[in-house]
Amino acid sequence: MSRVDVRKTYKLAIGGQFPRSESGRTYEVTDAGGKFLANASRASRKDARDAVVAARKAFGGWAGKTPYNRGQVLYRVAEVLEGRRAQFAEEVMRSEGGTRRQAEAVVDASVDRLVWYAGWADKVAQVVGGTNPVAAPYFDFSVPEPTGVVAVLAPQDSSLLGLVSVVAPVVVTGNTCVVATSQLRPLPAITFSEVLATSDVPGGVVNVLTGPLADTAPTLASHMDVNAIDLTGAGTDEDATAWETAAADNLKRVRRPAAEDWLAEPGLDRMTWLLETKTVWHPIGI
Amino acid sequence: MTSTPTGTVFEYAPAPESTAIVDIRSSYGLFVDGEFVDPTGGRSFKTVNPATEEVLAEVAEAGEDDVDLAVRAARRAYTRTWGRMSGRERGKYLFRIARLLQERSRELAVLESIDNGKPIRESRDFDVPQAAAHFFYYAGWADKLRYAVPAADPRPLGVAGQVIPWNFPLLMLAWKVAPALAAGNTVVLKPAETTPLSALLFAEICQQADLPPGVVNILTGAGETGRAVVAHPDVDKVAFTGSTEVGKQIARAVAGTRKKVTLELGGKAANIVFDDAPVDQAVEGIVNGIFFNQGHVCCAGSRLLVQESVADEVLERLKRRMGTLRLGDPLDKNTDVGAINSAEQLTRIKELSDVGEQEGAGRWSPPCDLPTNGFWFPPTIFTGVSQAHRIAREEIFGPVLSVLTFRTPAEAVEKANNTPYGLSAGVWTDKGSRILWAADKLRAGVVWANTFNKFDPTSPFGGYKESGYGREGGRHGLEGYLTWEGKA
Repeated sequence: MSRVDVRKTYKLAIGGQFPRSESGRTYEVTDAGGKFLANASRASRKDARDAVVAARKAFGGWAGKTPYNRGQVLYRVAEVLEGRRAQFAEEVMRSEGGTRRQAEAVVDASVDRLVWYAGWADKVAQVVGGTNPVAAPYFDFSVPEPTGVVAVLAPQDSSLLGLVSVVAPVVVTGNTCVVATSQLRPLPAITFSEVLATSDVPGGVVNVLTGPLADTAPTLASHMDVNAIDLTGAGTDEDATAWETAAADNLKRVRRPAAEDWLAEPGLDRMTWLLETKTVWHPIGI
Repeated sequence: MTSTPTGTVFEYAPAPESTAIVDIRSSYGLFVDGEFVDPTGGRSFKTVNPATEEVLAEVAEAGEDDVDLAVRAARRAYTRTWGRMSGRERGKYLFRIARLLQERSRELAVLESIDNGKPIRESRDFDVPQAAAHFFYYAGWADKLRYAVPAADPRPLGVAGQVIPWNFPLLMLAWKVAPALAAGNTVVLKPAETTPLSALLFAEICQQADLPPGVVNILTGAGETGRAVVAHPDVDKVAFTGSTEVGKQIARAVAGTRKKVTLELGGKAANIVFDDAPVDQAVEGIVNGIFFNQGHVCCAGSRLLVQESVADEVLERLKRRMGTLRLGDPLDKNTDVGAINSAEQLTRIKELSDVGEQEGAGRWSPPCDLPTNGFWFPPTIFTGVSQAHRIAREEIFGPVLSVLTFRTPAEAVEKANNTPYGLSAGVWTDKGSRILWAADKLRAGVVWANTFNKFDPTSPFGGYKESGYGREGGRHGLEGYLTWEGKA
């Protein structure tokens, strides 16, 4: 007789912990063929608010680390993900369908994407910041700083590569985030949060919510302590418009949904829309 | 010389700038497709001199049909001429405009002071030269756009709808129009209802520069006109400077559209004075921070945070300095504080100041005779202000300073950041490491250290949090008017 496997309970990731939804609710997740995979946590509005609190609490410490350090931590995430390549290939294959080879290519691309962004940690400031040659005796310079707490609606289709591609550029510059995962394909995201938890990413920097967006996205969009919202995974135009409208309550920075090729090399834009430019002036004199 | 309770003030003979150089017409049309035209609805409104309440001119009020005509003109100009013109040629038009602004600078300065109420010293030495410098700066970018953004293929967005405030009418026009045109966009600009005249003179300058028709369209009007510009479906980009409240309305109005937006909104800047600061310089900085342009400045240093151990000394010297400020005729070359821009704004300043008193803060102004006509408010400070007071939280947009104290640097930064705004901040200390520490901790888009209210075309300006998004000035200022591969 073959061994009975030990299955994982898929929970949320909030503030470095893996809690179930405070609502006690779950929803059924199936594979690409409709076969039962797991009962994932169905995050509530309260879970979303708790996740924002955790992200805000983590912001000062994460933004205050040196860019070199954040780059090392992100590189560590890539290392740990590489080490769990087979597990992720299996999960991606079950979530998205397709062949093992395709799933492995997705995992490889995800690792490479993390390495790419890790390298940007201590370079982006030199590319987008600098000194300003003002017409008066002042030293004047501009530096990029993280915007703050970011709500990320992860892509619905690409459960791992898409997720990594929207989360890495947010946190590499010092922002913290609350990620609402793909609704139908949430499991790789939860397993990825285990990778983050074992890679020196401080608790609260990336918080992961699973479940229908209708339960959490309105709360994140209107939350007054969220500074920006990425609507990439919003689903319908109607929802995206409603959440962009709600985001105006505290003038969140908003990224609208757009067609994306997750395999293409990203530009700087997913980092720069979450960077505030700070300009500092000081007189020059004896 | 006169002895006042706060010091000695020299009596100056009046030194008014002549108004002969400006020729204000009795009425103005809209500037659409290169020409002045009557508004389709035939409506108009009056613009007044806030220092005298004298009516200056009848100005056309643009309705939805006029907005549509202007956007169509801008679209035509974009597709047929401006969007296809080489950057080098576009740049030469902008250089022409910069030179014309310099040539007509005296006229513009006098007109600006008449229509806005700001001291001629400021319009002459700050607003107009800065406006010309902005055009000169962005003119040079027009044929170098591929070096401005991290992409080889930057493209303009199309038609930009721009709405600007009344506090720096010509300069805000320059901040909006110069980068938009340099990037290859065409514009429909709405100046503020109370200060349309310098924008209309700018329209003449566009004619003198032979700028192709439709590249710049200027629609005068009030809030409804602005709303129509923002809402027009063929506008690709919305740029707004003004209140946070209206900024939020605009963010809602563009939700679900393709329109790109930049917003430069309100502020409640902390000006932090540490115990080792050079006090005389700090006092000059405090005065410049809050009384420059009657405090009608989004980045004004409206919250003074002074370290407890030096608070008495700083306040005493500040009061003495305030006693020497000259309030009066904006056209007098010795005037420091001019007129409040409108009756409406004066009402708001008075209301919030009364609230300050009711909530228990101590109000003080130097002895100061206010002219009988016009809109005036004396330089005012409130002491004993707590963070909960409305005068510590809300933007007053007038010559009113709220004074709070702190004991430790950490407390100063915490109080400074305790606001939904994040536009600017000031730091006064002799210690370099403390400047850089504070500049790092302050959540604000511009930090002035041992100075305040400094601006330059090369220097990015804009806010964190509810002070808006996007930057104006410098290379960063072009990003809001360009798109490229991979940019959302």
